[in-house]
Amino acid sequence: MPDYSWPDAEHRTLIGKRISRVDAPVKVSGRAKYTYDYHTADLLYGRVVRSPHAKAKVVSIDTSAAEKMPGVKAIEIIQKPGTTVQWAGDEILALAAVDEATAEDAARLIVVKYQPLPHMVSDAEPPPGAAEEAGPMSGDDVDDAINNQMPESQFVQYLKEHGITFHPEEDDLKEWKGAGASEGILNAIRQAQFHEPTSGGGHSAYQRAAAQTQGEPDKAFSEAEVVSEGLYGSAVITHCCLETHGSVAEWPDKDHLFVHISTQNVSGVPAQMAEPLSVPAANVRVHQDHIGGGFGSKFSADRWDVTAARLSKKAGGKPVRIMLERDSELKVAGARPSAYARVKLAAKNDGTITGWQSQGWGTGGPGGGGAPPIPYVFAIPNQRKEYTAIRNNIGPARAWRAPNHPQAAVISMGAMDDLAAKLNMDPLELWTKNLNLTGPREKTYREELPIAADLMGWKEKWRPRGQNISGHIARGLGLSIHTWGGRGHASECDCTIHPDGSVDIKLGSQDIGTGTRTTIIIVAAETLGLPIEAINLYLGDTQYPPSGASGGSTTPGGVSPSTRRAAVDARQLLFEKVAPALNAKPEELEAVNGTVRVISDPSRSLSWKQACSKMGAVPVTARGKNPDRTKPPDLTNSGVGGVGMADVEVDMETGVVAVKKMVTVQDCGLIIDLKTAESSCFGAMIMGISYALFEEKVMDLASGAMLNPNMEFYRLAGYNDIPELVVHMMTGKGYDERGVIGLGEPPVISPGAAIANAVANAIGVRVPFIPMTPDKVLAALQQKTGA
Amino acid sequence: MPDDDPKRNSAGDGSGVSRRDFLKISGISAAAVPVIGTKVVEAAGVPVKVYGPGKTPVTLNINGEKHTLQVEPRVTLLDAMRDGLDITGAKRVCDRGECGACTVILDGKTVYSCSILAIDAQGKDVTTVESFMQGDQLAAIQQAFVDNDGSQCGFCTPGFIVAAKAFLDTHANPAPDQIQRGLAGNLCRCGTYHGIRHAVAQVLEARGQKGA
Repeated sequence: MPDYSWPDAEHRTLIGKRISRVDAPVKVSGRAKYTYDYHTADLLYGRVVRSPHAKAKVVSIDTSAAEKMPGVKAIEIIQKPGTTVQWAGDEILALAAVDEATAEDAARLIVVKYQPLPHMVSDAEPPPGAAEEAGPMSGDDVDDAINNQMPESQFVQYLKEHGITFHPEEDDLKEWKGAGASEGILNAIRQAQFHEPTSGGGHSAYQRAAAQTQGEPDKAFSEAEVVSEGLYGSAVITHCCLETHGSVAEWPDKDHLFVHISTQNVSGVPAQMAEPLSVPAANVRVHQDHIGGGFGSKFSADRWDVTAARLSKKAGGKPVRIMLERDSELKVAGARPSAYARVKLAAKNDGTITGWQSQGWGTGGPGGGGAPPIPYVFAIPNQRKEYTAIRNNIGPARAWRAPNHPQAAVISMGAMDDLAAKLNMDPLELWTKNLNLTGPREKTYREELPIAADLMGWKEKWRPRGQNISGHIARGLGLSIHTWGGRGHASECDCTIHPDGSVDIKLGSQDIGTGTRTTIIIVAAETLGLPIEAINLYLGDTQYPPSGASGGSTTPGGVSPSTRRAAVDARQLLFEKVAPALNAKPEELEAVNGTVRVISDPSRSLSWKQACSKMGAVPVTARGKNPDRTKPPDLTNSGVGGVGMADVEVDMETGVVAVKKMVTVQDCGLIIDLKTAESSCFGAMIMGISYALFEEKVMDLASGAMLNPNMEFYRLAGYNDIPELVVHMMTGKGYDERGVIGLGEPPVISPGAAIANAVANAIGVRVPFIPMTPDKVLAALQQKTGA
Repeated sequence: MPDDDPKRNSAGDGSGVSRRDFLKISGISAAAVPVIGTKVVEAAGVPVKVYGPGKTPVTLNINGEKHTLQVEPRVTLLDAMRDGLDITGAKRVCDRGECGACTVILDGKTVYSCSILAIDAQGKDVTTVESFMQGDQLAAIQQAFVDNDGSQCGFCTPGFIVAAKAFLDTHANPAPDQIQRGLAGNLCRCGTYHGIRHAVAQVLEARGQKGA
């Protein structure tokens, strides 16, 4: 069997080098075509009519005036009278017209009558005595409990008492097993009693998960030499993709649907569209060349995408475009759940952490939302945790880059930083002291922390809290560490070598801006001994072999192995045809430097083109898969560790925080392209500055509407908010041989926590919640001087 | 306002009709008998052309080429280019002059094309990102974006390229604070500012100037 393993360092010509993004030229020249750019002469423009109310019953819908309007081609009701909408901006109906102006005018002619119902959009701390209930577990609750390593005995007991709201499928159970659930837990899930899921209705907005206890928290706190307490949290933010969600749907004939869609999940969309439209998934073709951002919010065919297909059908199959307007994008197309907690830490005077206690809450909209995995990274031996999910009417949450981890870091690393301050200890020392609690990545953190400290100049710059103030400017440092899985998803790849020497690589994957195209081409070129220009890559279409959704940092570890295996097998097929011409056996050949040659005698060599000409008229094609246990070794892996550090300046008169420098030190196994890997970390720090200081989905408690659904008041970090940024990727022995691991999520986790800790270090008091807008900074300062 | 702030010198000059005035006038003429082409009325003491209601022929000079299309007066330059002419380099992101993804050059000044009406862009030279390549050759700032990885998803990139190129072309030896202001009108979500900063520095260094 050919050797699929990654080439070692001395045999790599491309892997691990700094190679420019292969699709950068089409992006910088404006030639890259996105879904929003797809246009045909007969394009119809869709427009969605949305509920202005956060919660209301739809009483009646009158479309008669719009129907009579010239240029209106189709109208589709999405939520019929009688339905209760659960958030402002929820879809009521959509229409399609010959141009955008007509669609806009027609939408204004639609009359929808509502019966407004009491809503709630707050995610404030549950009031004392609020009716809280411990209800049955949803699939998300099970995810959270496994993620939080809920002890088996409690888990099983809870399932026995409260049951579940879903019918567990083997795929779910398999996934949970992979995530660490024991057989006992899996059996309890199988045997749990089913309850109908409750949807808002007359139920309490507060849903308390089972309290989780590990070790002996009471003993830990009674024996503690020092106890530190604090309040920490992160507000709801949105994804704010620059290319809004949406698609163009058309029916080339009555049985076949063709969809251009802005998606992180090309191969997954057909099945999602097929079911509601009652069309075989095989008849749904999906295409996407480029996507203008997803960040976890574009895994599914949304209701508006299915609606576009229905409108198209009604309009005789003509393409119908529904791309969300900016305000809708911010209101309904994705939000990161909030998470807050009151935390108590128990420790010894030398900084050894012995106990954790937390009461947390947060919201992810109508579903309540997931509990963050706290205490984060550090498996503190004695713990008691409670968490209340608030079900409210802010609109649904979606996965946001490293779901729940940034929130967990803000809470946990904040609590540790306050403990360090109470102990008069340098946080770097406190973190290092407790690294024995970090599990399998302990060694990684031990290597990374000193590197990060060095790059930050931590030892020279660090001062105890509030002791680096000059006039009204306070300066401070903060740090955080993080972890993520990142194992590769299921991916298939076809590699075809043509008799003229050209090479095609085909995957139904997508490049969401992370450099997936570049990664695939580097792997193929390295394997075939060719320059990257020699590889033709076909990506982003369901006509190519299926590949997983790009989420959870699973893409590099998925597409790299599938491409590697396809290229190795195609190379083998070529060697079999070429071997006689070189008077050798196939296994004696290698493809390097644009040649095919005999390993033991490189002078017996053919150029790549000559070699390919020996294969006759028919090209060779091989399919590679990840995972593929029939073809060892495993080319991907799971589990990374990283460190983030921030240096900030706070103007104590205005409350404005400016980040002066940030450092990320990160591992991700074998790096395919160092340049785009570093870019992921630079971008993550910038996104971190953005959510730490500026971003918040602000809800109006009275009307239930989002107050800032635009890019002026939903602030993203700008060019001038970005300081000196330093990235160090861990490579070489101990890292490279682990295989390829994804990188999208991990570096975005620590920046918020590191910046929050740096602000506390600067001004001498904790600003409890991010974003640390000037009002929050000034309030914290006032409390400090008032106290 | 400083004249090195390219985003503040754009809208409305020419016809003398601001978007607000335009909306008012449009409201008046919607009640009047529709006329083909344009007529002239007096608004705020000055004569202005009135278009519409309904579609009106508009001629745009984009990248040195004349295009005539039928659009309603309310259609922006951005939408006319994208939906009418399939010129899609400029992106529609915020659609209200906040993010810069739709940046084009209008008679030498960078503008947000989402905030310019197509009718107001008539008689002016519109330059878009599509015009920057010479054959297969990327412009210096484009190559610098490639070299310094100044794009990720790439949706903000064309606007940034136009803003950066126009700024560098019109500032012989910019001070760092001028660069900061010159590029402050564009937003990115993936976080490519680090690469963009190095790209601008690369172009300045190639000109023998200090990079920012």
